[in-house]
Amino acid sequence: MNVRAMATIYRFEMLRFFRTLTQSFLSPVLSASLYFIVFGAAIGPRMTELGTVGYAEFLVPGIIMLSVMTQSISNAAFSIFYPKFIRTTYELLSAPISFLEILGGYVGAAATKSFLVALVILTTSTMFVDLQIIYPLAMLLMLILTCLCFALFGFIIGIWADNFEQLQIIPLMIVTPMVFLGGSFYSISVLPPLWQTVTLFNPVVYLISGFRWTFYGQADVPLISSVLAFVLFSAACLAVIWWIFRTGWKLRS
Amino acid sequence: MSIIVDVQNVRKIYDGGIKALGGVSLQIRQGEILALLGPNGAGKTTLISVICGVANATSGSVRVGGFDIVKEYRAARSMIGLVPQEITLEPFGRVLGTTQFSRGLFGKPRDDAYLEKILTKLSLWDKRTAQLNQLSGGMKRRVMIAKALSHEPAVLFLDEPSAGVDVELRRDMWQTVEELRSTGVTIILTTHYIEEAEALADRVGVIAKGQLLVVEEKSRLMQQMGKKQITIQLSEAIVTVPESLEGYGLELGQNGASLIYSYDTNGTRTGITKLLNEISASGLVLRDLQTRQSTLEDIFVGLLSDSEQREASEL
Ligand SMILES: Nc1ncnc2c1ncn2[C@@H]1O[C@H](COP(=O)(O)OP(=O)(O)OP(=O)(O)O)[C@@H](O)[C@H]1O
Ligand SMILES: [Mg+2]
Repeated sequence: MNVRAMATIYRFEMLRFFRTLTQSFLSPVLSASLYFIVFGAAIGPRMTELGTVGYAEFLVPGIIMLSVMTQSISNAAFSIFYPKFIRTTYELLSAPISFLEILGGYVGAAATKSFLVALVILTTSTMFVDLQIIYPLAMLLMLILTCLCFALFGFIIGIWADNFEQLQIIPLMIVTPMVFLGGSFYSISVLPPLWQTVTLFNPVVYLISGFRWTFYGQADVPLISSVLAFVLFSAACLAVIWWIFRTGWKLRS
Repeated sequence: MSIIVDVQNVRKIYDGGIKALGGVSLQIRQGEILALLGPNGAGKTTLISVICGVANATSGSVRVGGFDIVKEYRAARSMIGLVPQEITLEPFGRVLGTTQFSRGLFGKPRDDAYLEKILTKLSLWDKRTAQLNQLSGGMKRRVMIAKALSHEPAVLFLDEPSAGVDVELRRDMWQTVEELRSTGVTIILTTHYIEEAEALADRVGVIAKGQLLVVEEKSRLMQQMGKKQITIQLSEAIVTVPESLEGYGLELGQNGASLIYSYDTNGTRTGITKLLNEISASGLVLRDLQTRQSTLEDIFVGLLSDSEQREASEL
């Protein structure tokens, strides 16, 4: 195993991240803060409590998940799309490095980036609410898993995409709606019964619900189904990755 | 001499159905400089891409240093440095940074002294902190070479190293290539400049339409196929070659002011003395003599037209 190669990719990706600090941190933190201000501070006081927590508190896990999911996908997708775009992939392909090591470097870096962004948002949120986390370890674990899973998903998109349009289309048309409708901003119990049922087909619901449980000990769906959703989602991404790996799809001509 | 790269019957058909290589076999010797010549679209880049792992062969096999490039890709690729035809660099990277990246990617431990040596040799050390998109084209190409050398390859592929490079830089490049060879690196380069192959190569391969037409020692190739011509200028133009000179296969030069005699440099007798005697005996007066050895370019053009004729006759 060429650990050094993986570490090299990881290190240079992180360097790129810190080189563009404004873009990397400021924009996700700014948009998260906007959500806190608009939904938490302005609309929140007019909302009824959800379970035992106030609306602003309720929002924190949802907004973190929203940022982490979109950030992981866009970071990972871009990180492998970029060398394809500027045609430096020849170097990755001619190096004594396996596809899985390339994946490890890029996905690891993308996941680290969104994890850092999540920590910053979490810290920022304490300016708006009194934060409590009942199960901090479970919270960290789920956060890391989400970062990794969505980075894997983003990597697949980045490999598949031939142009910038394709790079944007899945996050824009599928992921963002799923995350917004997946209970980032509300408990699905507030929906009419029909829409509750429809929502249960959205895997993101289980992830956000599970993450919120680690904060407040209450969830929209049974915890076990959240765990199952994590496992299934990671397995699906890994399966696709394995297939790409086997065929050399879209990287090697 | 031992074989360091062994290409066996490699065929490559691209996804679109384009047949780029049709069964190429080639043995590259350790420590040699091999020049691959061939017209645009001949398959030179494709052959290199297959050997280096950038493209998959449709069939056939390649061994580098005895390692199969598919089954033992780690060992095989560790030995190879590749400078592709196209210059592709991360625009916002830095010279030293991108070389460190290449070295790390090949799993080699950090070695600042070695990278300094390479960058210095390629006159890039002063530019080590420069942003890559602010370099000139020639500098960029040298950065590409530095990246390929950063991991101490035993075999170096240079795909058209002197495309878009000025004459002075080309000489520098040749010198760098010679120096590398003297350290034991095997070098394969493709080029459209015959004089480059002539100046550098130990052996020359000619590719056209996905077929390797010939691989031969440069000197032997020139000797074997090398024809020498003597141009005999006459003081007075003639209309036809005199009958007494018919056995020599003489051609009449421009306006009949000269006679052209072709002969084989390998022959024990060139027949020149006899010819000259007979010319004077026939009453013609010589004004001047010129000899010309055919260059690699003549041979190259000859090979290509041969293969085209063969193809045409097969149809
Ligand atoms: N990625 C690709 N997909 C499809 N066809 C390709 C690809 N790369 C090359 N080809 C085709 O394969 C053939 C050989 O191309 P190649 O680049 O190997 O030629 P070359 O000898 O390097 O030419 P040049 O001197 O112009 O660099 C050409 O017909 C080319 O159009
Ligand atoms: Mg080429």
